[in-house]
Amino acid sequence: MRDFLPILKIIRKQKTAPILLALQMAVTLMVIVNAAFIITDRNRLMERSSGLDEDNMFYISSTAYEEDYALENNLKNDLKMIRSTHGIINATPINAIPLSGGGWSMGLSTKPGSNNDGAGTAIYMVDEHAIDALGVNLIAGEFFTQADIQFRTRGNDKWPPVVVITKALAKELFPDDYNAALGETVYINDNDPMMVKGIIETLQAPWNGWSGVERSSLIPTPLLFKSVTYMIRTEKGQRDSLMAEIEEKMAKTPGRFIRRVRDMSEVRERSYSFHSATNTVLLSVIIALTIVTGLGIVGQASFSVNKRRKQIGTRRALGASKGQIARYFMLENAVITSFGVALGLAASIGLNMVLVETFSLPKLPWHYLLTGSVVLFILGQLAVAYPAQRASAVSPAIATRSA
Amino acid sequence: MFSYYIKLALVSMRKTPGLVALMVLAIGLGIGAAMTTVTVNYLMGTNPIPHKGDELFAVQLDNWDPNEPHSEPNLPPDQVTYTDAMNLIKSAPAFRQTAQSRTGQVIELNSEQGKDLKPYLATARTNYADFFPMFDVPFIYGSGWSKEEDKNESLVAVLSKETNEKLFGGENSVGKTFIFGSKVMQVVGVLDTWQPLPKFYDLTTGAFDEPEALYVPFTVQVANEWGRSGNTNCWKPVEGTGYQGFIQSECVWIQLWAELPNEDAKQEYKSFIDNYVKDQKILGRFPRPLNNHLNSVPQWLEVQKVVANDAQILMWLSALFLLVCLLNTIGLMLAKFIGKSGEIGLRRAVGASKQSIFNQHLMESCCVGLLGGIFGLLLTWLGLKGIQGLYSNLNASLMQLDLKMAIGSVVLAVVATILAGLYPTIMASRVLPATQLKSQ
Repeated sequence: MRDFLPILKIIRKQKTAPILLALQMAVTLMVIVNAAFIITDRNRLMERSSGLDEDNMFYISSTAYEEDYALENNLKNDLKMIRSTHGIINATPINAIPLSGGGWSMGLSTKPGSNNDGAGTAIYMVDEHAIDALGVNLIAGEFFTQADIQFRTRGNDKWPPVVVITKALAKELFPDDYNAALGETVYINDNDPMMVKGIIETLQAPWNGWSGVERSSLIPTPLLFKSVTYMIRTEKGQRDSLMAEIEEKMAKTPGRFIRRVRDMSEVRERSYSFHSATNTVLLSVIIALTIVTGLGIVGQASFSVNKRRKQIGTRRALGASKGQIARYFMLENAVITSFGVALGLAASIGLNMVLVETFSLPKLPWHYLLTGSVVLFILGQLAVAYPAQRASAVSPAIATRSA
Repeated sequence: MFSYYIKLALVSMRKTPGLVALMVLAIGLGIGAAMTTVTVNYLMGTNPIPHKGDELFAVQLDNWDPNEPHSEPNLPPDQVTYTDAMNLIKSAPAFRQTAQSRTGQVIELNSEQGKDLKPYLATARTNYADFFPMFDVPFIYGSGWSKEEDKNESLVAVLSKETNEKLFGGENSVGKTFIFGSKVMQVVGVLDTWQPLPKFYDLTTGAFDEPEALYVPFTVQVANEWGRSGNTNCWKPVEGTGYQGFIQSECVWIQLWAELPNEDAKQEYKSFIDNYVKDQKILGRFPRPLNNHLNSVPQWLEVQKVVANDAQILMWLSALFLLVCLLNTIGLMLAKFIGKSGEIGLRRAVGASKQSIFNQHLMESCCVGLLGGIFGLLLTWLGLKGIQGLYSNLNASLMQLDLKMAIGSVVLAVVATILAGLYPTIMASRVLPATQLKSQ
């Protein structure tokens, strides 16, 4: 630490090079901290559970094109066929796929009339098998029975008398105690009453970017439209073979074609493909930036070592040990990094404030700043280690030479 | 003198290959990152129909909820109701005008032609005859339909090039028929490749989505009560029942565009729609204060926030990355030039002027910048390829390196490096011959 004052003196004298290095460190810290924070924030979003048994689920959609296609018969036959297939746990007709991006939303409120602040919710129209077919967890009340099921045809916009909602939706409607929702009447489409028959733990809406993504309602009115979609859950490890099997069986029905067969893992991947792509780009930026800054330190430090060879030799000749010379350069880097980090911390907070303001990103937690600073110190020390070691290898004899 | 400076620069660069490589690497990475993200942002926000930038207008009417705007800050909805679309199509004074929606229906071929083709679901844009001339849509065969056919709800269709390929093997299919939504439709035109990006005329279903497979009159969609495959927004429940009840509601689901060739036409149209809304207020509609908007294409892309947030964040972070790379370069350049002090002193002593020392080092910065720029160009190309792979569901046309961007990359690299080298260059030219020679 004896070197501390001489270092400050030299920095004061040379100014430009240390200032440049500190500035570089500051901007590096600002970018790395914010990028790392965006990455973890995205990861947090991507790790939320959809409530489904995703690994063992897929969906299949078909569209009928013949005028006299028997909608109800074929729907019932399909479901009977699917449910009796070996390896299938259960299946339900459904109007929208969680996380898929396309679906139906409505407002629910605890009072009738148009002037209430309702809670937005995703609407899934399913039958009484949905609890097993989706693999969702009922935490209060009961699920639908066969008696609750009414088919919904085109042009019919009646809402059924019962509904099953997610815990998050129940909390939104009854903030004091979500369990109070059970048995209560809620209103959809302003005035149509529905009684909350059950509450399920988690079921995400089709839109992963929506703030109400945890708010979903299950409604016992399977659609009787020309296009149908079934959500199917299989025994472990059997999904892929069953996807092909069910598709082949359904394709046999005349007058319709299979539109899509897709497993839930792919739905999730597609849903978050934008996020994961951005994360990859951000990670590349962090890595490239670390390399550039690290190499920059190596280059500049090597040069300053070269320039000071004679000085180093003189110090060695006057009795300084190799370790002392190396430590001098390490300390010099640490001092410059400290300036950089101090500036960088302020800049990071500033950049985060801009991002919060412009792109409504969340606020940067302080421990990112701490981690970022530590990482930068380590980077600086690692980068300067080699030039410092080269400096310590300068022979004391050099002091006696003239150039 | 020029070639002499180049020679000096090359000699000097060869003396410290490590430092030069570091500088080239830093500049290359910085330029690569910045230009990759700038390209994506630039292509996302480009006006795809620049020659009509001030003639085409997206029409917005504020029929929304009296208690809250459709979106902040007090913006009207991005689409209009059926009632308003029909009233304006009928009587608003526009040079050209179209209302549009989309519908998904099954396509089949008639039994005698449809040997190999399995029926499939296709999405059609439903619009008016004016759509094609308004948006300069290119045809290979035939043309759009006529206004008469709009009025008569004629079963006519314009096919995209791909759909014509699929249905009729790419031949001139004008006059042929196919089945769409159980109706026999007659082909009146086939488009050439047409893929405006962003898809400015309908941003509601994804600004970078592929255009629809075919085009049919909007009036045909309504007459056959075909469903909508687009966004529908309602601020109050539909009062009537069935399809008729829906189309008479306050739900917005139609995009309305007008072509207004000059300022007078625009003023006339604007005062027409303002008066129209005032009249509708008497009928008890439009509870919000008058708030109609005519948006030109560039305005529309801006208002509808076409450039994704992620793309912007990445661009700003890359700009900061470039800044780090340049600071790095300044530092390295300074180290290099100061390291040459002895040599500079000698050159000064034997008669080189300050100016020629300055020029010599400027040339060296230039050479480093050029190398960095070429390396950066390569990285930009790789970066765009990489982004194409990562964002596979985003249109790949957004990640093309065009000549403008390529030249831009190299020029930016050279200019940035010269700027970065300016301070070190000035320092080099200020070296005093006497002090340097003395210490030798």
